[in-house]
Amino acid sequence: METHFVRLTVNGKEYQAEVEARKLLVHFLRDDLNITSTNIGCDTSQCGACTIELDGKSSKACTMLAVQAHGRDIRTTATTDDPILNSLKQSFQADHALQCGYCTPGMVMRSRELLAQNPTPTEDEIRDALHGNICRCTGYHNIVKAVSNAAASLQKKEDAA
Amino acid sequence: MNQQSPIKSDAAAHSYIGQSVPRREDPRLLDGQGRFIDNLKLPDMAHAALLRSPYAHARIISVATKEASAVPGVIGILTGEDIKDKLGHIKPNWIAGQDIKIPPHPVLATEKVHYVGDAVAFVVAETREAAEDALQLIEVDYEILDAVIDEEAALSSPTQIHDTVENNLAGKPLMAWGDYRKAAEEANQIISLKLINNRLIPSPMEPRAILADFDPYDEKLELYLPTQVPHLHRRWLSDTLGWPEHKIRILVPDVGGGFGAKMHLYVEDILTAYAAKHFGRPVKWTEKRSESHLATHHGRAHTQYVDLAVKKNGQVLGMKVKLFANMGAYLSNMATGVPSVNCTYFATGSYAIANYFAETNLVLTNTVPVDAYRGAGRPEATYLIERAMDKVAEVLKLDPMEVRRKNIVTQFPHSFFDSGSFLQSMEKAAELIDYKGFRDLQHNYRKQGRYIGLGLINYTESCGMAPSEMLGRLGFDRGGYESAEIRVSPDGKITLFTGSTPQGHGHATSFAQILATEFELPLSDIEVKSGDTDAIPIGVGTYNSRSMPVGGTAAKICAEKVLKKAKKYAALLLKCDVDQVQYEQGKFSTLQDDTKTIPFGTVARLAAVPHQKPEGETPGLDHIYIHDPYGMSSPNGSHAVIVEVDIETGLTTILRYVAVDDAGVLINPQLAEGQIHGGVVQGIGQALFEETLYDADGQLISGSLLDYALPKSDRLPSFETAFLSTPTKTNPLGVKGIGEAGTIAAPPAIVSAVCDALKPFGIQHLDMPLTPPRIWAAIQHARQTEGATT
Ligand code: FES
Ligand code: FES
Repeated sequence: METHFVRLTVNGKEYQAEVEARKLLVHFLRDDLNITSTNIGCDTSQCGACTIELDGKSSKACTMLAVQAHGRDIRTTATTDDPILNSLKQSFQADHALQCGYCTPGMVMRSRELLAQNPTPTEDEIRDALHGNICRCTGYHNIVKAVSNAAASLQKKEDAA
Repeated sequence: MNQQSPIKSDAAAHSYIGQSVPRREDPRLLDGQGRFIDNLKLPDMAHAALLRSPYAHARIISVATKEASAVPGVIGILTGEDIKDKLGHIKPNWIAGQDIKIPPHPVLATEKVHYVGDAVAFVVAETREAAEDALQLIEVDYEILDAVIDEEAALSSPTQIHDTVENNLAGKPLMAWGDYRKAAEEANQIISLKLINNRLIPSPMEPRAILADFDPYDEKLELYLPTQVPHLHRRWLSDTLGWPEHKIRILVPDVGGGFGAKMHLYVEDILTAYAAKHFGRPVKWTEKRSESHLATHHGRAHTQYVDLAVKKNGQVLGMKVKLFANMGAYLSNMATGVPSVNCTYFATGSYAIANYFAETNLVLTNTVPVDAYRGAGRPEATYLIERAMDKVAEVLKLDPMEVRRKNIVTQFPHSFFDSGSFLQSMEKAAELIDYKGFRDLQHNYRKQGRYIGLGLINYTESCGMAPSEMLGRLGFDRGGYESAEIRVSPDGKITLFTGSTPQGHGHATSFAQILATEFELPLSDIEVKSGDTDAIPIGVGTYNSRSMPVGGTAAKICAEKVLKKAKKYAALLLKCDVDQVQYEQGKFSTLQDDTKTIPFGTVARLAAVPHQKPEGETPGLDHIYIHDPYGMSSPNGSHAVIVEVDIETGLTTILRYVAVDDAGVLINPQLAEGQIHGGVVQGIGQALFEETLYDADGQLISGSLLDYALPKSDRLPSFETAFLSTPTKTNPLGVKGIGEAGTIAAPPAIVSAVCDALKPFGIQHLDMPLTPPRIWAAIQHARQTEGATT
């Protein structure tokens, strides 16, 4: 089986490995690097459970090969030093925006990108942004509310600064 | 957004009951540190993959594994022939009737396969990739047979799926009360309807994942299993594997949603466990999403015929129901009871219908087995009766709410329902949705060429099936109880071990609220453990909205017993009689003098280091209590919806969704509200999006998330929720279940609203899911047919 050398950064830490050409990024992260802060919910790129941030853009880690991530900078929800993520995590808990938590890493990462691009999204904009992330537990109501509240509290902090 | 949030508390200061405490589960899940089974690894762990039948019905001529076994990394391959003498069959846990015929269900097929997805061979390899590669190289010769898909057609099909089940009919249980025939004679009219309750794919976001480890010295299996019912699973595994129960430990870490689908016994449970012992390696099997469609048991799948004997004024004198319940290829765990008990028992819904007759045809087909899925029979029942109420209104030209009012149960306790607010919840929902003002609004929209409709439905259910003796009479091979064990550490901190097993419910938080209230201690003093059959003495599990009414009650009563014993130890320290001891805010004192107090921890220390002991008492404060309830409780509610249908495209948009629910006392209102939101969206999924399609050969067309539409954020509204509170007397917490309410209520509410919007086209009913093409076609058909008014 053909392998390639891959070097990448995940949550600020550098990793390098020989990887089978056919291996998906999400399997590489989870199986080879033991980074399980991204989940697998489907095999057709529908669910968004595997959403990570790749060079600042949210991406589904199941739709790319590990070798394609060579030289890239990846962040998952395990990141603890990002103000937007922290604010989202706080409001996800306060607003009960997770039940089983399986979709949550992906939801949070996709929401982070939304708030980075649009700090004051409307309910429709939030719903639109999250339509590639499936949650089977919450009915989305509290997720939408949490993203909206996270945006508001980030705004407040910004205004105060 | 949410207008009537229940998230406030009027509970007493020391009480955590009724408080929306944030969940302690959340931080680790938000950081992506959930302990899901596929995240776990054991040293030397091997990976498994399952070969599934590509045909719905076929005879196996041969299975050749030689080439596959040669794939580098393959450890071994199990076929039906390899294991057939070593393992028992998968058996149903509920046999709901006298003459149920149970077709054999071997763990791996030997002679025939019976649905696309049926298990044929199990490969164990060093890596998941090697296991997958080997699957491709197993050669199976099949003789393809005709397949039977439809539950009604199957009864007269020349194809018999199992030799032992004639006409593909596994049983025909009946249920009756009163005298339907007489009611039909007395009625002014018989109103009939036919309904299809669409087959659903449960789709928890975490696919099933199983990790097995076998210790050859202790001969003990440790099985990480995503199960709602660990203790039941232990028993079923023991039965099928033939290994003693005390040598099986089931561990349930975080589970990513269950919804019923994770409480049945699956062949993969057995195979993974067996392979770990057989190959001497820990083995992990993880389901792919497409396998979840092909092999995780489906839900619903009924064809229903209903006759109502009615008076002119809308009073329903009697009801006759004929069900064709699709069982799929084998009888899964609860499969026979879901339609024939859960559905037919509740098919009269919230209404007093004195004369009733129901016949349930349990039909085998060449499809994925069908079993309990969130609501399990009650959604099928509620849909049936609520569509019937709408039809009565339509035929008799009465207001739909008026028909419901005429028949609704108002006297409690009723022979089925302990208590409820059936009428009040309907009036409340009507008020919140502005039922009175709606017709004007609808009229105004119509003038603009827009079509809106309103649906308002009632539901009830019973949760926490009990007593155990009744389960026995119903052929349900389990108890109605739940366990609680409280361990008090010498420092006075408390750990609860509960048989209730969450899959996202937040039990670690809500059960802690119950104990912190009982012990009047801070929440942080209470730890909650579940999902380990070695740690938890005995248990049943989480389904049937039973965790709070049964498991929560067990925890509460257990705490009372611990405190009772603690008082005896406290009396020694306070030097008084035990009946002089009082307990408040975590401290003991005497009735005479509440200034001298002894903290709970001091008493726990004494009990653990019992240098003084109350007479006849044992050391320690630990206690096990198993609560076996004598009766069930009946939550109820009314959901009201306004939709708009775009008649050019057939697209339905939900404009408003009002949910009024009464689950008695709510332990954590925010979590209860979350259960409503999530359940409602699964119900909306059934009503609008989710369609499980088979072709005539039995190929599952909706075999992935590309072809099976789960509800997504951009097609849904935010919800308006309100709670009524009629505490039950059947448990001391006053709680009723809430987990299934949404999936029960939403489908008839949505369909009723859409049909109301389409009334100008003469469309009275459409079967779910109400996808745009289906609605569009109905409108086109209506436009070409006489009688359309537009
Ligand atoms: S696992 Fe990547 S989208 Fe589903
Ligand atoms: S919280 Fe369970 S899938 Fe979203």
